[in-house]
Amino acid sequence: MSSRCRVDALAVAGLAAACLALLAGGCERERREYRNAPEVREPAQPRMTDFQPGAPTRATVDPVGLHYENNAYHITQGGRLFRWFNCNGCHGAGGGGMGPALMDAQWRYGGRIDQIHASILEGRPNGMPAWHGKLTDMQAWQLAAYVRALSGNVRKDAAPSRRDAMAATPPPIQMPEQPPRDGDPSATSTPQP
Amino acid sequence: MTPRLPAVACLCALALVACTGVQSPLAATGDQARAIERVWTLMLWICGTTYVAVLIALGWGIWRRWKARTAANMAGEGVARDRLLSWALAAWVALVVGLLSWLVGASYLADRRLHGDRADLTVRITAKQWWWQVEYLDPDPSRHFITANELRLPRDRNARIELESADVIHSFWVPTLSGKEDLIPGQHNAIVLTPRVTGRFRGQCAEFCGLQHAHMALDVVVEDQAAFEAWRERQLRPAMMPSKPAAIAGAQVFAQSACATCHTVRGTPAGGRSGPDLTHVATRYTLAAGALPMERGAMAAWIADPQHPKPGNQMPPVPLQPRQLADVVEYLMGLE
Repeated sequence: MSSRCRVDALAVAGLAAACLALLAGGCERERREYRNAPEVREPAQPRMTDFQPGAPTRATVDPVGLHYENNAYHITQGGRLFRWFNCNGCHGAGGGGMGPALMDAQWRYGGRIDQIHASILEGRPNGMPAWHGKLTDMQAWQLAAYVRALSGNVRKDAAPSRRDAMAATPPPIQMPEQPPRDGDPSATSTPQP
Repeated sequence: MTPRLPAVACLCALALVACTGVQSPLAATGDQARAIERVWTLMLWICGTTYVAVLIALGWGIWRRWKARTAANMAGEGVARDRLLSWALAAWVALVVGLLSWLVGASYLADRRLHGDRADLTVRITAKQWWWQVEYLDPDPSRHFITANELRLPRDRNARIELESADVIHSFWVPTLSGKEDLIPGQHNAIVLTPRVTGRFRGQCAEFCGLQHAHMALDVVVEDQAAFEAWRERQLRPAMMPSKPAAIAGAQVFAQSACATCHTVRGTPAGGRSGPDLTHVATRYTLAAGALPMERGAMAAWIADPQHPKPGNQMPPVPLQPRQLADVVEYLMGLE
């Protein structure tokens, strides 16, 4: 009888410990870092497309980018900067307008986080201004992480569950995941007669 | 010496906080705060007297019972109804209801006083995480200007303060001038302040609004009308053109780096709206919403790493060379 009791107590304690360990899993998603190390390295120049002669090479994502992409705090801060710096002016809450939509699978200059980071800093033809020197590197990464969240390409546990401003689109956590496809949509569509 | 003594001393020391007049509702210097203080004093006296009366009645009851017991005269107690006691009880209930109604009435009248009055001046305060944007409104748009973390008011004038929030719920509280009023996103609140004493006071966000809630203070300066008008004319002017070589270099760095993306310096290309307006930053008393004094060293420390004195705030550390940092500090400290 007493050994039975001990086994039960052990099982309960084990279960409680397992539940607590599950809670600890949430710690990493929102670890807040307020400053990045001063930038000394050369800014990475990610390739914008894997279109090339010969066998395709495997693209590797900048590990810095992966770090920002999986962090709820950085993604939310990116959303704040998206409003502050009037990205909505052209990209209309991700739905597009004068600029391309950011909530779909089409990426002219690559949809990986390091490619988006490069597009923000370098600017792109037909209207995207270069933000290099106007944003800190950390802010550019945060913006890129938020842009990834707009098409459901960040971890679900890190994606914001609500929008802070009026929007016609659902919050990032409810966006269907749309893995990036390279290239201009006009190139793949059938030509009109 | 018992170990309880230091604890008691600490608790008593907490009460000393109320002695300073800079941020205390017990040192009222405005009409609205005085109305609140009157209600507060009235309540203190009524509640204090009631408390003492109840204690005396309780002591008397205990003593009476104890005496009756020693006299071995318990028979009949609680059976006979004491007429006098009934009357006393009825009078007590009436007194309590009357006093409570009086307090409610006084509180209502004081509250009316806080919100209604003709305004000589309108200021719009927008709370942001974690600082205050202060806009002086004027029917003439050219006389409209924005400053931050400092509210200057003329003495003996009614200033209408419109309260808004840009992110979460904050609360505006300048204890020497008035009571608390919340700033709620999407809602327009307003209070009237009528300062009667010149001097420097302190306001504080009184609703938990995030990590740096404690470092969200507001300097309030009350001046006479002439000094206020002079200050206002000065604030309306665009920023001072730098004259020293270091300051000129600093102005260039400021306009071409990430600083200008968020901050405005009127009269220069810097026009960002998401951070505090720095056109006349050196005329303010404090930096970073009361977190640091307005001094050269504090300014340099703040720009070099804003995340050290106020972790989590929205200003990122901007990578600047030591020379550039010194130039920017020289430039900003000259913006008077």
